[in-house]
Amino acid sequence: MAMEPTRDGFGEGIIEVGKLYKNVVVLSADLSSSTRANWFKEKYPERFFCFGVAEQDMICAAAGFALSGKIPFACTFGVFASGRAWDQVRISVSSMDLNINVIGTHGGVSVGEDGLTHQALEEISLMRCLPNIAVIVPVDVIEAKKATIAAVKYPHPTYIRLGRNPVPIITKEKDKFKIGKANLLKKGKDVTIIACGSMVCESLRACEFLKSKGIYAEVINLHTIEPIDKKTILNSVKKTNAVVTVEEHTIKGGMGGAVAELLGENYPILMKRIGMKNFGESGSPVELLKKYGLTYANIADAALDLVKRK
Amino acid sequence: MLDKSKKLDVGKLETIAKEIRRDILLMLEQAGSGHTGGSLSIVEILIVLYYCKMKHNPKNPKWQKRDKFILSKGHGCPALYAVLANLGYFPQEDLLTLRKLGSGLQGHPRYGLPGIETSSGSLGQGLSIACGMALAARMDNMKNKIYCLMGDGELDEGQIWEAAMTAAHYNLSNLCGIIDYNKYQIDGKVCDVMNIKSIPDVWRSFGWNVEEVDGHNIKALFEVFNKVDNEKKKPSLIIAHTIKGKGVSFIEKDNRWHGVAPRKNELERALKELDLE
Repeated sequence: MAMEPTRDGFGEGIIEVGKLYKNVVVLSADLSSSTRANWFKEKYPERFFCFGVAEQDMICAAAGFALSGKIPFACTFGVFASGRAWDQVRISVSSMDLNINVIGTHGGVSVGEDGLTHQALEEISLMRCLPNIAVIVPVDVIEAKKATIAAVKYPHPTYIRLGRNPVPIITKEKDKFKIGKANLLKKGKDVTIIACGSMVCESLRACEFLKSKGIYAEVINLHTIEPIDKKTILNSVKKTNAVVTVEEHTIKGGMGGAVAELLGENYPILMKRIGMKNFGESGSPVELLKKYGLTYANIADAALDLVKRK
Repeated sequence: MLDKSKKLDVGKLETIAKEIRRDILLMLEQAGSGHTGGSLSIVEILIVLYYCKMKHNPKNPKWQKRDKFILSKGHGCPALYAVLANLGYFPQEDLLTLRKLGSGLQGHPRYGLPGIETSSGSLGQGLSIACGMALAARMDNMKNKIYCLMGDGELDEGQIWEAAMTAAHYNLSNLCGIIDYNKYQIDGKVCDVMNIKSIPDVWRSFGWNVEEVDGHNIKALFEVFNKVDNEKKKPSLIIAHTIKGKGVSFIEKDNRWHGVAPRKNELERALKELDLE
């Protein structure tokens, strides 16, 4: 299966929107080649602005651009965009509800060798608790490009979480992508697996494995965590009555947390959240995903356990 | 529309300053809370900007070519609200809704109220927003100017210095920072809380054109705002030496008034001092 990092999808998408919309600007807190912001810089240097290693300044400057009729994309690593500049995002992005797009790359433990300081594990929680911001975790390079393009027309702020390493391309150009509308990838009846980002592909593998055991899992790509697609999730779990959530992110308040909130109030059922429970560390992406229980085997085990307990 | 071609009528502006101080005190008394000292210290700065310097249109607050003002020290908003109401951005009677449920006149400025360019009040953010606006204005070949008023205590925020670097790096001569140098912050004297040895030297070393002025002298303020327009390469910073609580003897330099509103009897004493007809 062909593999590319989702950050490349942003790079392709931002060039395209740069061509289509003259009011799109890109802001970068250093790291321009890591975030692929430099792809835009090469094409449209007059609309590219660097801020040095100063994320707080960059986020508020993005607000200044948005208040002046521009559509800014502010790019840095997810840890810094969400954590270091959180109050700036809270006041100058979320509370003013402007069309500002925050690009956080290097999401998840699969960042690898750089270790815990650079592995963003809390952005979904930190961003989705703020009003107005759409929180998007594209599954592959194609979806990341679509999300970038969609963000321009979305009349609210977005936070787009991207990954560093190549991940399998599982969607097609013609597949529909709409912010806030989850994609049902596999139909099943025994258990629902809801995943985002790199964990969607692992979930599809788990689905295949489960089939060999006679278990039919429904797999949902929940690329938009906020606003959450209540309808697609509820329709699925009403059929299956069991749900596993999978994310390369803390299970506290993240995608699994969002699903738990929704189901807790609307349709409480058996549930297992798979994700990070602590900080990561240095290591190869494959080693880390295995060590922290983020593989298809972990997902399949959780699903089997739920089906047994039903 | 107000523009800088208007002749400076110092006497008239001094009367307006008294009216604005009266309105600030009335609003704060009615609200029962708010920042008295740091509102009274910025009155002349706002008056010179809004009545003689900036190009803006109260009837069309979103007019494309307007100069923009950001109150980064958002807690001083009673002064800004009083000026905006006086100019007709919203009805004068709205002033008495300050800090009340459902009012557009929030405890700190909130985007959406006519004349308010951005939410502010979480200290340190305004200058970065101003940099974004100045960069956007330059992209669009606009001739307007972006003004950003900061507190002296606000300079403790690291983000101010990030923005100071950005403005100088991009040679944002269409940006003018102003410091309300009233020498106090909530915990006490600025020099005791976090002493910046020399504010002008620090900003100069960051690459800014720096001027100092008596922040209560209308003529001097007008002149310095015009002077910095001649700077075409660097961002400018005007350090306005002010008195916290200016205009009311028992509030001046008494830092207990940082975040306290006058009570009815104090309001009456203060209004007598302002000696308005």
